[in-house]
Amino acid sequence: MSKQYDVLIIGGGMIGSAIAREMARYDLRIGVLEKNLDVCYETSGRNSAVVHGGFAYDTGSLKARFCVEGNRMMDQLSQELDFPFQRCGKVLVGNTDEDMETLKRTLKQGEQNGSQGLEIIDEERLHQLVPAVVGKFAMFSPNSGILEPFHYTIALAENAHENGAEYFFDHEVTAIRREGSGYVITTTQGDFSTRWVVNAAGLGCGKVSDMLGIKGYKIIGSKGDYIILDKRTGPLLPMPVYPVPSNTYMGIHVTNTIDGNVTIGPNADLVSNFEYYGVPQENMDYLAKSASDLWPHINKADYIRNYSGILPKWVDDNGVIQDFKIEIRDDLAPQAINLVGIESPGLTAAVPIARYAVSLMKEREELKEKPDFNPRRKGIVRFENLSTEEKARLIQEDPDYGEVVCRCEKVTRAEILQAIHNPLGVSTMAGIKYRTRSMMGRCQGGYCQMRLEQMIEEELGRKETEILYARQGSQVIFGKVREED
Amino acid sequence: MEKKAVIIVGGGPAGLAAAVELHKKGVRDILILEREKHLGGILRQCIHDGFGLTRFKTTLSGPEYAQRFIDEVIQKEIPYMANTTVLEISEDKVVTAASQNGLVQFQAQAVILTMGCRERTRGALGIPGERPAGVFTAGVAQAYMNLYNRMPAKEVVILGSGDIGMIMARRLTLEGAHVQAVFEIQPIPSGLPRNIEQCLNDYGIPLYLSHTVTSIHGNSRLTGVTVAQVDEHFKPIPGTEKDYTCDTLILSVGLIPENELSIDAGVQLDNRTRGAVVDEHFQTNVEGVFAAGNVLHVHDLVDFVSMEAEALADSAASYVTGGPLPPCPVQVVADGNIGHTIPQKISGKKDVNLSMRVRKLIKNCRIVVRQNGQEIAVKKMKKALPAEMIQILVKADKITSTGDLEVSVEC
Repeated sequence: MSKQYDVLIIGGGMIGSAIAREMARYDLRIGVLEKNLDVCYETSGRNSAVVHGGFAYDTGSLKARFCVEGNRMMDQLSQELDFPFQRCGKVLVGNTDEDMETLKRTLKQGEQNGSQGLEIIDEERLHQLVPAVVGKFAMFSPNSGILEPFHYTIALAENAHENGAEYFFDHEVTAIRREGSGYVITTTQGDFSTRWVVNAAGLGCGKVSDMLGIKGYKIIGSKGDYIILDKRTGPLLPMPVYPVPSNTYMGIHVTNTIDGNVTIGPNADLVSNFEYYGVPQENMDYLAKSASDLWPHINKADYIRNYSGILPKWVDDNGVIQDFKIEIRDDLAPQAINLVGIESPGLTAAVPIARYAVSLMKEREELKEKPDFNPRRKGIVRFENLSTEEKARLIQEDPDYGEVVCRCEKVTRAEILQAIHNPLGVSTMAGIKYRTRSMMGRCQGGYCQMRLEQMIEEELGRKETEILYARQGSQVIFGKVREED
Repeated sequence: MEKKAVIIVGGGPAGLAAAVELHKKGVRDILILEREKHLGGILRQCIHDGFGLTRFKTTLSGPEYAQRFIDEVIQKEIPYMANTTVLEISEDKVVTAASQNGLVQFQAQAVILTMGCRERTRGALGIPGERPAGVFTAGVAQAYMNLYNRMPAKEVVILGSGDIGMIMARRLTLEGAHVQAVFEIQPIPSGLPRNIEQCLNDYGIPLYLSHTVTSIHGNSRLTGVTVAQVDEHFKPIPGTEKDYTCDTLILSVGLIPENELSIDAGVQLDNRTRGAVVDEHFQTNVEGVFAAGNVLHVHDLVDFVSMEAEALADSAASYVTGGPLPPCPVQVVADGNIGHTIPQKISGKKDVNLSMRVRKLIKNCRIVVRQNGQEIAVKKMKKALPAEMIQILVKADKITSTGDLEVSVEC
């Protein structure tokens, strides 16, 4: 017997979760089908974490429109959903006359798009903003910023969930068929019935679109690699530094993170395998070299990790990258909201994209607002970021805040317990990592990972062999060394 | 704010030895802050033997070695707080720590830094490839097995011939895992010869020098690694790549002194050791802040950690009872064959034991200490290995108070 939903959203990333949250404002039974074991294993958690100003996209495009809108609402979202966001600004740095022409064009396009406060600045001003940067002039975008992409995605998902959306992890969609006035969606864990379906499958958008009967979208992957630098580099970089962009690619940049690290990247390799996230040696070397041209503080001694992400880009037959596609094809797949090619600036634009998707639904069906919708969600308090007095008070209230489990990021037992008992029911080690920053520091879990593994076993009553690192099959422990009495 | 004569940050071998020695020198107002449940530091998970040959003339396991000091701490009633993590040390020696009993702050007269070191990770090395589960530093695998009773491996490849890696090769084998090989990027092993013999050769585990892992495979659990031979610049030689199927990659690729708290306190670090710059009193550039053990420079044997911490305690005891220590204007500099020397600065007025390592294997050499062109100490060595720490005693009567000490290797 399959369960009956008003809406099933395929994909629980930033976009799927933003849509779930926007739809949860209405009287609808919502389910989210996510193939992974958490909400940010793919593009949502693998990106530059930059909130864009909206100047880089063609005027009139959905990318430009939703990026500018998303940028404007980010302070409010950050407050409502309790995820860290900093409007730190960003600079695009140039050296040549040609660079200057490009920056002027970019600035003009930005103004047409509604991006505010853009200005061309000289070398002196540039060095006031970012002391160590290499460059003669720059375009400064004061409204650009950075956020924490794991927390942002998790916050959207948790708030959607608190307002009634049900999350189904490890449910990969394998087929969709029309049945009556709705759909039956077959997953790796059974069938689901729904009146509406939303394709927010990210890298899987082309496949799901095909399943809906909307054929022909050509999706290519643009894979970018990154290197993460030690927190001691963070104070040297007050805002992201980008090179002068080309039409389709923003270039390798250095980016400060919310937590005080610096990331360098990404390159942009075209890929057809959307599951390979390996970082090759030559790309690491290339990133370090390119980024050093912008910012001179890149030393191998500061590397703590590398990662990569893949953007799903919709291209035409000539390989030209297209705008976001957000559509309802009443002729081919009625009551199906199809989102295709949601790549950068999808992070900035997620909530406007979601609202637009809902507006398309509302054109076809009257939606009744739920009076008890609560837009606010509370995250896990970060012990490390508190003042000494606040830390002391928190330990008084809950002694578990006095036990530091992760030494590099100073994550306490209390935070880890909250993460283990997260509202979405995620139980992987990476899930704890994304929610608390344990294992994200310079020792990469050298001190805390055994403790996390043990705490998951104890708190969730799991056997040691059931603990997963991130994906299905990522077993951490093969058994006990000795049987305990 | 509560005052303490001496706060010791870290209750591992260095902190314990410093505490016991301070007590012997008459200092009583001591507090050891230890983040773990128990004293002993990393020795708690080192259940193999071989500790104590120098210090106690007998071979002990890690926990046994630690217990000798812990027993003294308990018998002497030296105060310590376990389960207490130091969050910050300020430049004026205010130590802030968190425990389940609350946030505590102490104004210390002297702070002794004995936080030890951490392991270099896969990310720090920048090993290319995917990031599956099953890539562990040797110390993590050791902790899983020896402290948590958890078996993290079946089919194993080990990168790096550091001592903990070799110890884990044996340990994993004894517990039923299959260790295929140890690969070392350097042309010589980085661990001690006795470990190569007892942990690899005795178990038939091959060691391949001048080899490294060039790619890691698997997007859930590790499925294998690619290994290649490297040239003299440590670059993989094309055509020599070979794939190994395994579920676990153990890394034993170096240790880094853990000095984040020291940096907060304004302590200046040495780029070569990544530990503090210290004078012959083991005092850092911040008056009253001392460092010894692996937080200062990575040692080969724990015996030397204890002895260094005891030497530190002598100075720290003078400092808390007698005020500022004699200045150390004489710099110790080393040539390119020597990785580092400890201390980096001396007074020139007392005997000093210089600790150092060579950067590469050197045979039939003399390690010479000169001042103003005069040879003032020398040590002849048939074979000097980077794996082994070398100590040279320089007598006070040979040193003058002006002119750098220059340490060089001559063949």
